[in-house]
Amino acid sequence: MRTPIPLPLIAFTVLVYLFLMGPLVIVIGAALSDTSYLTFPPQGLSLRWFEKIFEMAAFRRTIVTSLQIAFLATALALLIGIPAAYALNRYRITLPTWLSTIFVLPVLVPEIVLGFSLLRSVAVGNDLPIFATLLVGHTLIVLPYCVRVVSASLASFDFSIEEAAISLGSPPLKTFFTIVLPNIQSGVIAAFILAFITSVNDVSVSLFLTGPGVSTLPIQILAHVEQFFDPVIASVSVLLMLLTVTVMAVVERTLGLTFLAK
Amino acid sequence: MTLRRAGWFLSLPALLLVALFLILPVGATIFATFLEPKGVFAPYVDFFRSGFRRAVLWRTLEIAVITTALSLVIGFLVAFVVSRTPGRLRSILIIAAVFPLLTGVVVRSFAWLIILGKNGILNSFLIWLGVTDTPFTMLYTQGSVIVAMVYLFVPLMILTLVGVLEGIPDDLIQASASLGATPAATFRQVVFPLAVPGLIVGAVLVFTGSFTAYATPSLLGGEKQMVLGTLLHQRAMVAFDWTGASTVAAIMVVVTVLVVLGMTRVAKRLNPMAT
Repeated sequence: MRTPIPLPLIAFTVLVYLFLMGPLVIVIGAALSDTSYLTFPPQGLSLRWFEKIFEMAAFRRTIVTSLQIAFLATALALLIGIPAAYALNRYRITLPTWLSTIFVLPVLVPEIVLGFSLLRSVAVGNDLPIFATLLVGHTLIVLPYCVRVVSASLASFDFSIEEAAISLGSPPLKTFFTIVLPNIQSGVIAAFILAFITSVNDVSVSLFLTGPGVSTLPIQILAHVEQFFDPVIASVSVLLMLLTVTVMAVVERTLGLTFLAK
Repeated sequence: MTLRRAGWFLSLPALLLVALFLILPVGATIFATFLEPKGVFAPYVDFFRSGFRRAVLWRTLEIAVITTALSLVIGFLVAFVVSRTPGRLRSILIIAAVFPLLTGVVVRSFAWLIILGKNGILNSFLIWLGVTDTPFTMLYTQGSVIVAMVYLFVPLMILTLVGVLEGIPDDLIQASASLGATPAATFRQVVFPLAVPGLIVGAVLVFTGSFTAYATPSLLGGEKQMVLGTLLHQRAMVAFDWTGASTVAAIMVVVTVLVVLGMTRVAKRLNPMAT
Protein backbone atom coordinates (compact mmCIF):
# COMPACT_ATOMS: atom_id res chain seq x y z
CA MET A 1 0.00 0.00 0.00
CA ARG A 2 1.24 3.47 -0.84
CA THR A 3 0.96 6.57 1.25
CA PRO A 4 -1.52 8.98 -0.32
CA ILE A 5 0.01 12.29 -1.41
CA PRO A 6 -1.82 15.36 -0.04
CA LEU A 7 -3.85 17.16 -2.69
CA PRO A 8 -2.22 20.62 -2.30
CA LEU A 9 1.15 18.99 -2.96
CA ILE A 10 -0.16 17.45 -6.19
CA ALA A 11 -1.56 20.82 -7.27
CA PHE A 12 1.79 22.44 -6.51
CA THR A 13 3.62 19.81 -8.57
CA VAL A 14 1.32 20.41 -11.53
CA LEU A 15 2.01 24.15 -11.31
CA VAL A 16 5.77 23.58 -11.19
CA TYR A 17 5.64 21.37 -14.27
CA LEU A 18 3.61 24.03 -16.10
CA PHE A 19 6.32 26.51 -15.07
CA LEU A 20 8.98 24.14 -16.48
CA MET A 21 7.25 23.44 -19.78
CA GLY A 22 5.53 26.79 -20.45
CA PRO A 23 8.57 28.83 -21.52
CA LEU A 24 9.72 26.09 -23.92
CA VAL A 25 6.25 25.89 -25.50
CA ILE A 26 6.32 29.66 -25.91
CA VAL A 27 9.69 29.48 -27.70
CA ILE A 28 8.33 26.84 -30.09
CA GLY A 29 5.25 28.98 -30.76
CA ALA A 30 7.34 32.09 -31.35
CA ALA A 31 9.55 30.17 -33.81
CA LEU A 32 6.55 29.21 -35.93
CA SER A 33 5.12 32.72 -36.10
CA ASP A 34 4.86 34.40 -39.49
CA THR A 35 5.56 37.83 -37.98
CA SER A 36 8.91 39.62 -38.10
CA TYR A 37 8.89 40.17 -34.34
CA LEU A 38 8.74 37.73 -31.45
CA THR A 39 5.20 36.97 -30.41
CA PHE A 40 3.08 34.32 -28.75
CA PRO A 41 0.62 32.80 -29.56
CA PRO A 42 2.04 32.64 -33.12
CA GLN A 43 0.25 34.76 -35.73
CA GLY A 44 0.08 32.76 -38.92
CA LEU A 45 2.17 29.61 -39.11
CA SER A 46 5.34 29.57 -41.14
CA LEU A 47 8.70 27.87 -41.30
CA ARG A 48 10.42 30.88 -42.81
CA TRP A 49 12.45 31.61 -39.67
CA PHE A 50 13.97 28.14 -39.97
CA GLU A 51 15.01 28.85 -43.55
CA LYS A 52 16.38 32.17 -42.38
CA ILE A 53 18.87 30.41 -40.03
CA PHE A 54 20.58 28.75 -42.95
CA GLU A 55 20.55 31.91 -45.04
CA MET A 56 22.67 33.66 -42.43
CA ALA A 57 26.37 32.88 -42.84
CA ALA A 58 27.16 33.53 -39.18
CA PHE A 59 24.69 30.86 -38.08
CA ARG A 60 25.77 28.36 -40.73
CA ARG A 61 29.40 28.79 -39.73
CA THR A 62 28.84 28.59 -35.97
CA ILE A 63 26.56 25.55 -36.27
CA VAL A 64 29.35 23.75 -38.14
CA THR A 65 31.99 24.84 -35.61
CA SER A 66 29.79 23.79 -32.67
CA LEU A 67 29.21 20.34 -34.17
CA GLN A 68 32.91 19.90 -35.05
CA ILE A 69 34.06 20.93 -31.58
CA ALA A 70 31.43 18.79 -29.85
CA PHE A 71 32.33 15.74 -31.92
CA LEU A 72 36.11 16.10 -31.57
CA ALA A 73 36.02 17.04 -27.87
CA THR A 74 33.76 14.09 -27.05
CA ALA A 75 35.90 11.66 -29.06
CA LEU A 76 39.08 12.92 -27.35
CA ALA A 77 37.50 12.83 -23.90
CA LEU A 78 36.37 9.23 -24.47
CA LEU A 79 39.78 8.27 -25.85
CA ILE A 80 41.49 9.35 -22.62
CA GLY A 81 38.47 8.96 -20.32
CA ILE A 82 37.75 5.28 -21.00
CA PRO A 83 41.30 4.14 -20.04
CA ALA A 84 41.10 6.35 -16.94
CA ALA A 85 37.72 4.94 -15.94
CA TYR A 86 39.05 1.41 -16.58
CA ALA A 87 42.10 2.09 -14.40
CA LEU A 88 39.96 3.57 -11.61
CA ASN A 89 37.81 0.42 -11.52
CA ARG A 90 40.32 -2.31 -12.36
CA TYR A 91 43.31 -1.02 -10.36
CA ARG A 92 41.38 0.86 -7.67
CA ILE A 93 43.44 -0.45 -4.73
CA THR A 94 46.75 0.54 -6.32
CA LEU A 95 45.72 4.12 -7.09
CA PRO A 96 45.39 7.00 -4.62
CA THR A 97 41.88 8.21 -3.85
CA TRP A 98 42.63 11.78 -4.97
CA LEU A 99 43.00 10.55 -8.53
CA SER A 100 39.26 10.22 -9.07
CA THR A 101 38.81 13.71 -7.55
CA ILE A 102 41.16 15.10 -10.22
CA PHE A 103 38.74 13.97 -12.93
CA VAL A 104 35.86 15.80 -11.23
CA LEU A 105 37.82 19.08 -11.04
CA PRO A 106 36.45 20.46 -14.34
CA VAL A 107 32.99 20.40 -12.73
CA LEU A 108 34.22 21.98 -9.50
CA VAL A 109 36.19 24.87 -11.03
CA PRO A 110 33.80 27.56 -12.32
CA GLU A 111 33.61 27.19 -16.10
CA ILE A 112 33.94 30.91 -16.67
CA VAL A 113 37.20 30.89 -14.70
CA LEU A 114 38.46 27.97 -16.79
CA GLY A 115 37.55 29.77 -20.02
CA PHE A 116 39.29 32.97 -18.98
CA SER A 117 42.37 31.09 -17.72
CA LEU A 118 42.66 29.13 -20.97
CA LEU A 119 42.54 32.39 -22.93
CA ARG A 120 45.09 34.02 -20.64
CA SER A 121 47.63 31.21 -20.30
CA VAL A 122 47.12 28.95 -23.29
CA ALA A 123 45.74 30.96 -26.21
CA VAL A 124 47.59 34.20 -25.50
CA GLY A 125 50.39 32.94 -23.23
CA ASN A 126 51.39 29.97 -25.34
CA ASP A 127 50.06 31.08 -28.71
CA LEU A 128 47.86 28.04 -29.24
CA PRO A 129 45.33 28.74 -32.03
CA ILE A 130 41.83 29.66 -30.82
CA PHE A 131 40.20 26.57 -32.37
CA ALA A 132 42.68 24.24 -30.62
CA THR A 133 42.22 26.04 -27.29
CA LEU A 134 38.44 25.85 -27.68
CA LEU A 135 38.77 22.12 -28.34
CA VAL A 136 40.94 21.62 -25.24
CA GLY A 137 38.44 23.58 -23.13
CA HIS A 138 35.50 21.52 -24.34
CA THR A 139 37.43 18.25 -23.88
CA LEU A 140 38.02 19.28 -20.26
CA ILE A 141 34.40 20.10 -19.49
CA VAL A 142 33.07 16.85 -20.99
CA LEU A 143 35.78 14.61 -19.46
CA PRO A 144 34.01 14.25 -16.07
CA TYR A 145 30.84 12.99 -17.82
CA CYS A 146 32.82 10.42 -19.80
CA VAL A 147 34.78 9.14 -16.79
CA ARG A 148 31.71 9.03 -14.57
CA VAL A 149 29.28 7.36 -16.97
CA VAL A 150 31.84 4.80 -18.21
CA SER A 151 32.88 4.12 -14.59
CA ALA A 152 29.25 3.44 -13.69
CA SER A 153 29.13 0.89 -16.52
CA LEU A 154 32.42 -0.72 -15.47
CA ALA A 155 31.31 -0.95 -11.85
CA SER A 156 28.82 -3.64 -12.85
CA PHE A 157 31.28 -5.43 -15.16
CA ASP A 158 32.67 -8.71 -13.85
CA PHE A 159 36.43 -8.45 -14.36
CA SER A 160 36.83 -12.21 -13.87
CA ILE A 161 35.51 -12.64 -17.44
CA GLU A 162 38.41 -10.56 -18.67
CA GLU A 163 40.86 -12.53 -16.53
CA ALA A 164 39.47 -15.77 -17.90
CA ALA A 165 40.08 -14.60 -21.48
CA ILE A 166 43.62 -13.50 -20.64
CA SER A 167 44.43 -16.75 -18.84
CA LEU A 168 43.24 -18.59 -21.95
CA GLY A 169 45.88 -16.74 -23.96
CA SER A 170 44.08 -13.72 -25.34
CA PRO A 171 46.39 -10.65 -25.47
CA PRO A 172 45.30 -7.85 -23.02
CA LEU A 173 44.53 -5.19 -25.64
CA LYS A 174 42.53 -7.60 -27.78
CA THR A 175 40.70 -8.76 -24.66
CA PHE A 176 39.75 -5.17 -23.89
CA PHE A 177 38.23 -4.65 -27.34
CA THR A 178 36.52 -8.03 -27.64
CA ILE A 179 35.45 -8.67 -24.04
CA VAL A 180 35.36 -5.45 -21.99
CA LEU A 181 34.24 -2.85 -24.55
CA PRO A 182 31.17 -4.76 -25.80
CA ASN A 183 30.05 -5.12 -22.19
CA ILE A 184 30.25 -1.40 -21.43
CA GLN A 185 28.97 -0.34 -24.87
CA SER A 186 25.77 1.25 -23.58
CA GLY A 187 27.73 3.33 -21.06
CA VAL A 188 30.08 4.55 -23.79
CA ILE A 189 27.18 5.53 -26.06
CA ALA A 190 25.42 7.37 -23.23
CA ALA A 191 28.65 9.13 -22.26
CA PHE A 192 29.19 10.19 -25.87
CA ILE A 193 25.73 11.63 -26.23
CA LEU A 194 25.70 13.44 -22.85
CA ALA A 195 29.16 14.87 -23.48
CA PHE A 196 28.13 15.94 -26.98
CA ILE A 197 25.12 17.92 -25.82
CA THR A 198 27.07 19.46 -22.93
CA SER A 199 29.62 20.73 -25.42
CA VAL A 200 27.03 22.03 -27.89
CA ASN A 201 25.26 23.97 -25.12
CA ASP A 202 28.37 25.39 -23.45
CA VAL A 203 28.62 29.14 -23.03
CA SER A 204 31.04 29.97 -20.23
CA VAL A 205 34.16 28.30 -21.65
CA SER A 206 33.51 29.27 -25.28
CA LEU A 207 32.82 32.87 -24.27
CA PHE A 208 36.52 33.73 -24.11
CA LEU A 209 37.72 31.38 -26.83
CA THR A 210 36.17 32.93 -29.89
CA GLY A 211 38.18 34.83 -32.42
CA PRO A 212 38.21 35.77 -36.06
CA GLY A 213 36.18 33.11 -37.85
CA VAL A 214 35.85 30.93 -34.77
CA SER A 215 32.68 31.10 -32.68
CA THR A 216 30.14 28.62 -31.40
CA LEU A 217 26.37 28.62 -31.80
CA PRO A 218 25.45 29.69 -28.22
CA ILE A 219 27.90 32.61 -28.43
CA GLN A 220 26.44 33.60 -31.81
CA ILE A 221 22.94 33.47 -30.27
CA LEU A 222 24.04 35.81 -27.46
CA ALA A 223 25.59 38.20 -29.99
CA HIS A 224 22.47 38.13 -32.19
CA VAL A 225 20.07 38.78 -29.30
CA GLU A 226 22.05 41.88 -28.34
CA GLN A 227 21.21 43.48 -31.69
CA PHE A 228 18.01 41.92 -33.02
CA PHE A 229 14.85 40.66 -31.44
CA ASP A 230 13.44 38.53 -34.26
CA PRO A 231 12.14 34.93 -34.31
CA VAL A 232 15.43 33.54 -35.72
CA ILE A 233 16.70 32.82 -32.22
CA ALA A 234 13.44 31.07 -31.38
CA SER A 235 13.83 28.79 -34.40
CA VAL A 236 17.50 28.09 -33.55
CA SER A 237 16.28 27.24 -30.05
CA VAL A 238 13.81 24.77 -31.54
CA LEU A 239 16.64 23.12 -33.49
CA LEU A 240 18.57 22.74 -30.22
CA MET A 241 15.48 21.25 -28.57
CA LEU A 242 15.26 18.70 -31.40
CA LEU A 243 18.87 17.78 -30.63
CA THR A 244 17.86 17.34 -26.97
CA VAL A 245 15.02 15.03 -27.97
CA THR A 246 17.43 12.92 -30.03
CA VAL A 247 19.86 12.74 -27.12
CA MET A 248 17.11 11.67 -24.73
CA ALA A 249 15.94 8.97 -27.12
CA VAL A 250 19.46 7.55 -27.31
CA VAL A 251 19.99 7.67 -23.54
CA GLU A 252 16.62 6.00 -23.04
CA ARG A 253 17.64 3.18 -25.42
CA THR A 254 21.05 2.65 -23.81
CA LEU A 255 20.87 3.32 -20.09
CA GLY A 256 17.27 4.27 -19.43
CA LEU A 257 16.47 7.86 -18.48
CA THR A 258 16.23 7.00 -14.81
CA PHE A 259 20.03 6.84 -14.95
CA LEU A 260 19.98 10.62 -14.97
CA ALA A 261 17.93 10.76 -11.78
CA LYS A 262 20.54 9.76 -9.25
CA MET B 1 54.41 -3.39 -9.19
CA THR B 2 53.27 -3.88 -12.78
CA LEU B 3 49.65 -3.56 -11.67
CA ARG B 4 50.46 -0.26 -10.07
CA ARG B 5 52.19 0.95 -13.20
CA ALA B 6 49.34 -0.16 -15.47
CA GLY B 7 46.83 1.90 -13.47
CA TRP B 8 48.94 5.03 -13.66
CA PHE B 9 49.78 4.47 -17.32
CA LEU B 10 46.09 4.27 -18.28
CA SER B 11 45.04 7.32 -16.29
CA LEU B 12 48.05 9.39 -17.35
CA PRO B 13 46.59 11.04 -20.51
CA ALA B 14 43.47 12.27 -18.68
CA LEU B 15 45.57 13.30 -15.69
CA LEU B 16 47.93 15.29 -17.92
CA LEU B 17 45.06 17.06 -19.67
CA VAL B 18 43.58 18.22 -16.36
CA ALA B 19 46.98 19.15 -14.91
CA LEU B 20 48.28 21.07 -17.93
CA PHE B 21 45.09 22.75 -19.10
CA LEU B 22 43.08 23.21 -15.92
CA ILE B 23 45.23 23.17 -12.78
CA LEU B 24 48.16 25.11 -14.29
CA PRO B 25 46.19 27.85 -16.12
CA VAL B 26 43.68 28.41 -13.29
CA GLY B 27 46.53 28.32 -10.76
CA ALA B 28 48.44 30.85 -12.88
CA THR B 29 45.40 33.16 -13.02
CA ILE B 30 45.08 33.16 -9.23
CA PHE B 31 48.84 33.35 -8.63
CA ALA B 32 49.20 36.35 -10.96
CA THR B 33 46.94 38.46 -8.72
CA PHE B 34 49.60 38.26 -6.00
CA LEU B 35 52.45 39.37 -8.26
CA GLU B 36 51.24 42.93 -8.85
CA PRO B 37 54.02 45.53 -8.51
CA LYS B 38 51.71 47.68 -6.33
CA GLY B 39 51.73 45.12 -3.53
CA VAL B 40 50.77 41.54 -2.74
CA PHE B 41 47.10 42.17 -2.04
CA ALA B 42 46.74 45.36 -4.12
CA PRO B 43 44.15 43.93 -6.62
CA TYR B 44 41.98 42.74 -3.73
CA VAL B 45 42.30 46.07 -1.89
CA ASP B 46 41.21 47.77 -5.14
CA PHE B 47 38.31 45.36 -5.53
CA PHE B 48 36.93 45.86 -2.05
CA ARG B 49 37.55 49.63 -2.11
CA SER B 50 35.32 50.02 -5.14
CA GLY B 51 31.72 50.46 -4.05
CA PHE B 52 30.54 49.21 -7.45
CA ARG B 53 32.47 45.95 -7.25
CA ARG B 54 31.43 45.34 -3.66
CA ALA B 55 27.84 45.83 -4.81
CA VAL B 56 28.40 43.31 -7.63
CA LEU B 57 29.80 40.71 -5.21
CA TRP B 58 26.95 41.31 -2.78
CA ARG B 59 24.32 41.10 -5.55
CA THR B 60 25.83 37.84 -6.84
CA LEU B 61 25.72 36.31 -3.37
CA GLU B 62 22.16 37.52 -2.86
CA ILE B 63 20.97 36.09 -6.19
CA ALA B 64 22.75 32.78 -5.54
CA VAL B 65 21.36 32.42 -2.00
CA ILE B 66 17.76 33.27 -3.01
CA THR B 67 17.96 30.99 -6.08
CA THR B 68 19.32 28.13 -3.96
CA ALA B 69 16.65 28.55 -1.28
CA LEU B 70 13.76 28.70 -3.77
CA SER B 71 15.11 25.77 -5.82
CA LEU B 72 15.53 23.71 -2.63
CA VAL B 73 11.94 24.24 -1.50
CA ILE B 74 10.38 23.74 -4.95
CA GLY B 75 12.67 20.86 -5.89
CA PHE B 76 12.16 19.04 -2.59
CA LEU B 77 8.35 19.19 -2.68
CA VAL B 78 8.14 18.16 -6.34
CA ALA B 79 10.77 15.42 -5.97
CA PHE B 80 8.78 14.00 -3.06
CA VAL B 81 5.66 13.75 -5.23
CA VAL B 82 7.65 12.27 -8.15
CA SER B 83 9.31 9.69 -5.88
CA ARG B 84 5.88 8.49 -4.64
CA THR B 85 4.30 8.42 -8.10
CA PRO B 86 3.83 4.95 -9.58
CA GLY B 87 5.17 3.56 -12.86
CA ARG B 88 4.52 5.28 -16.12
CA LEU B 89 3.52 8.68 -14.80
CA ARG B 90 6.76 8.77 -12.84
CA SER B 91 8.81 8.21 -16.03
CA ILE B 92 6.91 11.02 -17.73
CA LEU B 93 7.62 13.36 -14.81
CA ILE B 94 11.33 12.44 -14.92
CA ILE B 95 11.48 12.99 -18.68
CA ALA B 96 9.74 16.37 -18.24
CA ALA B 97 12.52 17.37 -15.83
CA VAL B 98 15.38 15.96 -17.93
CA PHE B 99 14.25 17.73 -21.10
CA PRO B 100 14.74 21.30 -19.83
CA LEU B 101 17.98 20.25 -18.14
CA LEU B 102 19.46 19.04 -21.42
CA THR B 103 18.19 22.07 -23.31
CA GLY B 104 20.90 24.70 -23.18
CA VAL B 105 21.16 27.59 -20.76
CA VAL B 106 20.97 30.11 -23.61
CA VAL B 107 17.69 28.69 -24.93
CA ARG B 108 16.10 28.57 -21.49
CA SER B 109 17.19 32.11 -20.61
CA PHE B 110 16.07 33.40 -24.00
CA ALA B 111 12.57 32.03 -23.31
CA TRP B 112 12.32 34.40 -20.34
CA LEU B 113 13.43 37.26 -22.52
CA ILE B 114 10.29 36.70 -24.64
CA ILE B 115 8.10 36.39 -21.56
CA LEU B 116 9.38 39.30 -19.47
CA GLY B 117 10.11 41.91 -22.17
CA LYS B 118 8.40 45.30 -22.24
CA ASN B 119 6.16 44.09 -25.08
CA GLY B 120 6.52 40.55 -23.83
CA ILE B 121 3.88 37.94 -23.22
CA LEU B 122 3.42 38.62 -19.53
CA ASN B 123 2.94 42.36 -20.07
CA SER B 124 0.50 41.81 -22.97
CA PHE B 125 -1.41 39.39 -20.78
CA LEU B 126 -1.56 41.82 -17.84
CA ILE B 127 -2.76 44.63 -20.11
CA TRP B 128 -5.39 42.32 -21.64
CA LEU B 129 -6.56 41.40 -18.14
CA GLY B 130 -6.85 45.09 -17.34
CA VAL B 131 -4.41 44.88 -14.42
CA THR B 132 -2.36 47.72 -15.87
CA ASP B 133 -2.32 50.18 -18.82
CA THR B 134 1.42 50.71 -18.98
CA PRO B 135 3.71 47.70 -19.24
CA PHE B 136 5.85 46.91 -16.20
CA THR B 137 9.63 46.96 -16.44
CA MET B 138 10.52 43.39 -15.60
CA LEU B 139 13.67 42.80 -17.60
CA TYR B 140 17.02 43.89 -16.19
CA THR B 141 15.79 43.61 -12.62
CA GLN B 142 17.14 41.30 -9.96
CA GLY B 143 13.77 39.56 -9.91
CA SER B 144 13.98 38.58 -13.58
CA VAL B 145 17.45 37.10 -13.07
CA ILE B 146 16.25 35.11 -10.05
CA VAL B 147 13.12 33.80 -11.82
CA ALA B 148 15.19 32.60 -14.78
CA MET B 149 17.82 31.05 -12.50
CA VAL B 150 15.20 29.20 -10.44
CA TYR B 151 13.77 27.98 -13.74
CA LEU B 152 17.26 26.83 -14.72
CA PHE B 153 18.02 24.93 -11.53
CA VAL B 154 14.69 23.41 -10.40
CA PRO B 155 15.02 20.43 -12.80
CA LEU B 156 18.53 19.72 -11.49
CA MET B 157 17.25 19.83 -7.92
CA ILE B 158 14.29 17.53 -8.72
CA LEU B 159 16.54 14.94 -10.38
CA THR B 160 19.11 15.09 -7.56
CA LEU B 161 16.45 14.61 -4.89
CA VAL B 162 14.21 12.00 -6.56
CA GLY B 163 16.92 9.35 -6.16
CA VAL B 164 17.46 10.23 -2.50
CA LEU B 165 13.75 10.32 -1.66
CA GLU B 166 13.10 7.02 -3.40
CA GLY B 167 15.58 5.47 -1.01
CA ILE B 168 13.25 6.28 1.89
CA PRO B 169 11.08 3.18 2.40
CA ASP B 170 7.32 3.68 2.29
CA ASP B 171 7.04 1.55 5.44
CA LEU B 172 8.80 4.26 7.39
CA ILE B 173 6.26 6.88 6.36
CA GLN B 174 3.37 4.52 7.12
CA ALA B 175 4.86 3.63 10.49
CA SER B 176 5.05 7.30 11.34
CA ALA B 177 1.42 7.80 10.28
CA SER B 178 0.19 4.74 12.17
CA LEU B 179 1.88 6.04 15.31
CA GLY B 180 -0.29 9.11 15.03
CA ALA B 181 1.87 11.67 13.23
CA THR B 182 0.06 14.07 10.91
CA PRO B 183 1.29 14.09 7.27
CA ALA B 184 2.99 17.43 7.93
CA ALA B 185 4.76 16.04 11.00
CA THR B 186 5.86 12.94 9.11
CA PHE B 187 7.22 15.12 6.35
CA ARG B 188 9.09 17.34 8.79
CA GLN B 189 10.38 14.72 11.20
CA VAL B 190 10.89 11.63 9.04
CA VAL B 191 11.26 12.51 5.36
CA PHE B 192 13.17 15.76 5.72
CA PRO B 193 15.99 14.52 8.01
CA LEU B 194 16.56 11.49 5.77
CA ALA B 195 16.77 13.74 2.72
CA VAL B 196 19.34 16.13 4.21
CA PRO B 197 22.38 14.62 2.45
CA GLY B 198 20.63 14.96 -0.93
CA LEU B 199 19.50 18.49 -0.09
CA ILE B 200 23.11 19.45 0.65
CA VAL B 201 24.36 18.03 -2.65
CA GLY B 202 21.58 19.89 -4.48
CA ALA B 203 22.27 23.12 -2.61
CA VAL B 204 25.98 22.97 -3.49
CA LEU B 205 25.22 22.35 -7.18
CA VAL B 206 22.70 25.19 -7.40
CA PHE B 207 24.70 27.67 -5.33
CA THR B 208 27.94 27.19 -7.27
CA GLY B 209 26.03 27.16 -10.57
CA SER B 210 24.16 30.39 -9.90
CA PHE B 211 27.13 32.09 -8.23
CA THR B 212 29.28 31.60 -11.35
CA ALA B 213 26.55 31.94 -14.02
CA TYR B 214 27.12 34.12 -17.07
CA ALA B 215 24.48 33.62 -19.78
CA THR B 216 21.36 34.17 -17.64
CA PRO B 217 22.48 37.36 -15.84
CA SER B 218 23.87 38.66 -19.11
CA LEU B 219 20.59 38.18 -21.01
CA LEU B 220 18.12 39.07 -18.25
CA GLY B 221 20.13 41.37 -16.01
CA GLY B 222 22.31 43.19 -18.51
CA GLU B 223 24.63 45.94 -17.31
CA LYS B 224 22.13 47.04 -14.68
CA GLN B 225 22.33 43.81 -12.74
CA MET B 226 26.01 43.04 -13.14
CA VAL B 227 27.16 39.92 -11.30
CA LEU B 228 30.64 38.40 -10.91
CA GLY B 229 30.32 36.36 -14.13
CA THR B 230 29.39 39.34 -16.28
CA LEU B 231 31.93 41.53 -14.44
CA LEU B 232 34.70 39.01 -15.20
CA HIS B 233 33.74 39.02 -18.89
CA GLN B 234 33.50 42.81 -19.01
CA ARG B 235 36.90 43.27 -17.30
CA ALA B 236 38.61 40.74 -19.58
CA MET B 237 37.01 41.30 -22.98
CA VAL B 238 35.80 44.93 -22.91
CA ALA B 239 38.19 46.73 -20.56
CA PHE B 240 41.19 44.41 -21.18
CA ASP B 241 41.91 44.72 -17.47
CA TRP B 242 43.34 41.25 -16.96
CA THR B 243 44.37 41.84 -13.38
CA GLY B 244 40.83 42.92 -12.54
CA ALA B 245 39.40 39.87 -14.34
CA SER B 246 41.84 37.55 -12.58
CA THR B 247 40.88 39.03 -9.22
CA VAL B 248 37.20 38.32 -9.91
CA ALA B 249 38.16 34.78 -11.02
CA ALA B 250 40.14 34.20 -7.82
CA ILE B 251 37.25 35.42 -5.65
CA MET B 252 34.88 33.07 -7.51
CA VAL B 253 37.17 30.08 -6.99
CA VAL B 254 37.70 30.85 -3.30
CA VAL B 255 33.96 31.23 -2.59
CA THR B 256 33.14 28.05 -4.59
CA VAL B 257 35.80 25.98 -2.80
CA LEU B 258 34.75 27.32 0.63
CA VAL B 259 31.10 26.48 -0.04
CA VAL B 260 31.89 22.98 -1.34
CA LEU B 261 34.22 22.19 1.60
CA GLY B 262 31.90 23.78 4.16
CA MET B 263 28.83 21.94 2.95
CA THR B 264 30.68 18.62 2.72
CA ARG B 265 31.67 19.08 6.36
CA VAL B 266 28.09 19.89 7.34
CA ALA B 267 26.91 16.81 5.41
CA LYS B 268 29.41 14.61 7.27
CA ARG B 269 28.32 15.95 10.64
CA LEU B 270 24.63 15.43 9.91
CA ASN B 271 25.04 12.00 8.39
CA PRO B 272 28.21 10.04 9.15
CA MET B 273 27.27 7.49 6.46
CA ALA B 274 27.37 10.09 3.69
CA THR B 275 30.59 10.92 1.91
